[in-house]
Formats: sequence, structure tokens, C-alpha cells
Amino acid sequence: MNTHEKLVALKTIATREILRFSRIWIQTVLPPVITTALYFVIFGNLIGPRIGKMDGFDYMEFIIPGLIMMAVITNSYGNVVSSFYGSKFQRHIEEMIISPTPNYIILLGYICGGVARGLTVGIAVTIVSLVFHPLNIHNFWVMFSMIILTAILFSLAGLINGVFAKSFDDIAIIPTFVLTPLTYLGGIFYSISMLPEFWQNMSRANPILYMVNAFRYGFLGISDISLMTSYVIIIAFIITLYLFSLHLLKKGHGIRT
Amino acid sequence: MQPALTIRDLEKTYTGGHTALKGVSLEVAEGDFFGLLGPNGAGKTTLIGILSSLVNKSGGSVSIFGHDLDTDLANAKACIGLVPQEFNFNMFEPVIEIVANQAGYYGIERQEAFKRAEANLKQLDLWDKRRVMARTLSGGMKRRLMIARALVNHPRLLILDEPTAGVDIEIRRSMWTFLREINAAGTTIILTTHYLEEAESLCRNIAIIDKGELIENTSTRQLLNTLKMETFVLDLESPLAELPVLKTHKLQWVDSHTVETDICRDDSINTLFTELNEQGIKVLSMRNKTNRLEELFMNLVENANSNRAAS
Repeated sequence: MNTHEKLVALKTIATREILRFSRIWIQTVLPPVITTALYFVIFGNLIGPRIGKMDGFDYMEFIIPGLIMMAVITNSYGNVVSSFYGSKFQRHIEEMIISPTPNYIILLGYICGGVARGLTVGIAVTIVSLVFHPLNIHNFWVMFSMIILTAILFSLAGLINGVFAKSFDDIAIIPTFVLTPLTYLGGIFYSISMLPEFWQNMSRANPILYMVNAFRYGFLGISDISLMTSYVIIIAFIITLYLFSLHLLKKGHGIRT
Repeated sequence: MQPALTIRDLEKTYTGGHTALKGVSLEVAEGDFFGLLGPNGAGKTTLIGILSSLVNKSGGSVSIFGHDLDTDLANAKACIGLVPQEFNFNMFEPVIEIVANQAGYYGIERQEAFKRAEANLKQLDLWDKRRVMARTLSGGMKRRLMIARALVNHPRLLILDEPTAGVDIEIRRSMWTFLREINAAGTTIILTTHYLEEAESLCRNIAIIDKGELIENTSTRQLLNTLKMETFVLDLESPLAELPVLKTHKLQWVDSHTVETDICRDDSINTLFTELNEQGIKVLSMRNKTNRLEELFMNLVENANSNRAAS
């Protein structure tokens, strides 16, 4: 395949992935928007005023970036894991495997789908947040790059989960028992400076902390972690997961016998 | 002329230790309509899986129009269209998108992909269903959808793994006509089927695999010529009280109006009718009891099993 043909294949996979979640928007886009709106109402509007300021900002303003990031993480991950596992389950992954499309194009196609859904939900949640608080953007490029990188990272993680999954239970285990706890403990609702030193150090082992803080910096200009450290860690994770995903596709793990 | 497919000493042992292919070698000429037959579990689907990169081989080599699977995989894949045994498309996607997307995976631009999808769906009587979700199609329509999808990249080698399984006779016949047309237009076809009538009707050459080994590989005509006996069923005008005894043929009882007899290919069939006439028995109609290839297939597989047992 020449470069043009590869780009056509990439566009085909990305379009198919975007159409997939768009067709079922009531299942894919609406629920996270409603859930996050409830967070805004309960934690921001009802409990927030009693908590007071967090790092010099209203509690509602403090949690908005984290909640947007949480929606992006769960949706980019969820999109790829369910799409990839579904294509294995229905065996239509074979359509791509028998074609000359290289593995890295297949991988990039799934990432595009994951990023698209993450961004769609992220934008929808941001729009909902405007009902509760005006939007402040301290540094657009930090905010934008961080949301894209995070969506890429969790799309890759979702694909790896999809490759190893042997049943629908397997695609729910990681989001329920790993992703959700790490997200909640990743500084969405609090600043880690509030924690005792031991738990602050423990929190630093959580990669989501770096994403939430860097993203919050994009909005509010505050972060518990240095921006550079966040970028280095996220990019290192992306490279590692990308190479691992490519290795799994090349070996045909869970796809070829 | 370069062969469409060259397989040398192909082996496959699955992780559990089951050996599905034990050194199969065969060649398929360009433009051929080639039948790959064998009982369930013989290794046909494994072989097709290796050709289409869905199964990793354990040994041997495969070359498709000169493109080796180990060294030139992308070009080898570009030559193939596959119609698998089981439905393997997204049931929640519209029919036309399934076909057009497949073209996209081969690097065919969206506009051209939809043009080709339209042509294929029209040819296979699925154009009216282009916007419906694939899950709503009937079994026969789903089979035709897989053929439309497999042809969208204009493959030089079309591999069909039991394409007419579970399809009614009318659709099966129309699919045969369609497959003959695309073969006549130059596409090499490899077909596996359990309907031996289908193989006899369509294939110019046939290979038979059993327990991972190639036990026959020759032309359909030559294969059928090896049959010495044929069984004919005779429908009689009047019921028989007892089985008549003939000098040249031995009749067997089916029911009071029907008898059957084995006739050697070299013998004249006239003597049978002369003798029946002499006994005042009037025959209304006559037909082959079994499909000729079916009988031959069973003989070959049984012989292969006896040889294995003996060795």
C-alpha cells in the first residue's frame, strides 16, 4: 500500500469508529453528560459552598477541569475497548486483518475513534459546566494538548484491554476496579496538598493525577505537579502503550490462532 | 503462467497440540475454479485461514501470485477476497457501509468504494437492502453480502469457504451462475463445500484433504472417470410381488414400485432393459441413486483411513 492508500484506510477506520458511537449517542454521549451534570449539581452547587475555597478558587470552579477530564478518560477508554472487543466478538476485525492495511494504521484508526468520542463528551460536559460557572481558560494550548494526549493514552489502554478480553466481563473489570478508583483518587475533587505526606507520595504513583493537574493548569493556572513532569510522564506512557499495542496486533494476540 | 496459489509443505499445529495440517502441498493455476473438499475437521478452514492471514502457519510456505506470505504479505493480501464460513461482519452496520468500508481497507477512495459497493450489491440483488442494518438480513442475503464485500477490491483470487451453506436451492443456483461469471471474467476461485454436487458442477480441479493430509489432487473429470460403478434407481409402472432375477444385473428391492441396480461404467445399459422387457416389467423412469462425486469422495476418505490404520 502506498501512503495515499494508507491514509484512505485510516480515514475509513476513523470514520467507521466515529459513526459507530454517533449512531448510538443515547448510549455513548448522553449518559456521561447527565452523570457529570449531577456531579456539578451535588458537589459543586450543594456541597461546594460549604467546602469553601480550594487553592484560592470556588470549589465548583476547581472541580470542573477534573470532571471534564474524567469524562474524557472514561469515554476514550470505553469507546476503544467496547469497539475492539465487539469487533473480535462479531469477528468483523477479520475484515481488516485480511486486508493489506498495516497494523499501525488499524491502531491509529481506533485511537481516532477514542479521541473523537473523548472530545465529543468533553466538549458536551464543558458546555454543561457553563450553566454552573463561567469558563476560565488560563492557557488554551496546555488544556488542548493535555486533553488530546490523555484521550490518546486511554484509547491505547482501552485497545490493550480489548485485545486481552475474552468476555464482556473482562471489558468491565478494568474500568470498574482500576480506572474509576484511580480517577477518583487523581485529584479531581481535592488538591493533594490537603493530604498527609505519605498519601501525597502515594498519589504521585497515580498517572491520572498528572493529567488532571496539567489540565487544571490549562484552566486555572494552578497545579500540584510540575507541567513538564506531567508531559514527560504522559508521553512516556503513550509511547510504551503504543509499542505494546502494536506488538499485540502484530502477534495477532486474541485475533489470530 | 504464474500459479495463482502455491503451497509447499504447509503445516499447522495449534497451541493445544492438535495438528490440523501435515505438510500439504498444492498449486492452483490462474483462472482455475478449484474445489477443496474434505470431511469436517479435515483442515480446509485452517488452510484458508492461513491463506487469508487469520491463522499463523507452523511451517511451510505460501505464495499468492508470486507474493510470499512471509516476505511480501501486503501484496499477497491485496490479491485476495475472502468469503468465510461464518458471518463476520458488523451486524449493526448498514449493508452498503460494510461493503464500502472493506474497499477502504484496501486503500480505495470513498467515492469509488461506494460506486463499487453499488455495483456489487445490485449484482447480488441486495441494492434494496443497502440502508438496512446487516442483522436484519436473511441467511441467504447475509451470504450474498459476504460475496459482495469480498469482491469489492476486485481480487485476483477469491476464496469461498462453504458459501452456500444453509442457502435454499434457488439462491444456491443463482450464486453458482454468478460465480461462474466472475470466474469466466478471469478471477481464480477456490471453493470449499460440503455440497459435492456444487463442486462437481463448478470446479475444474479438485483437491481432497482428510485429517490434515492431501489425499487427492486432480481434475474433476479425471476424478469422476475413476468411478467404475453407478447405482441407478428404477421406478416401475406396476408393483412387484417378488424381486425378478436377471442374468446380467442384480436387482435390489427398494419398495414394491421401485428397484435399484449397480451398473458397471463399461457395460451397456440396453441389456438391463432387454431383460426387464422379457419379464414384462415396464420402467417409467430411471435416476442416479447418489451423487457420483459423493460416492467417490466417500471411497477416497475410507481408503485413506484404511491406509492410515494399516501403516
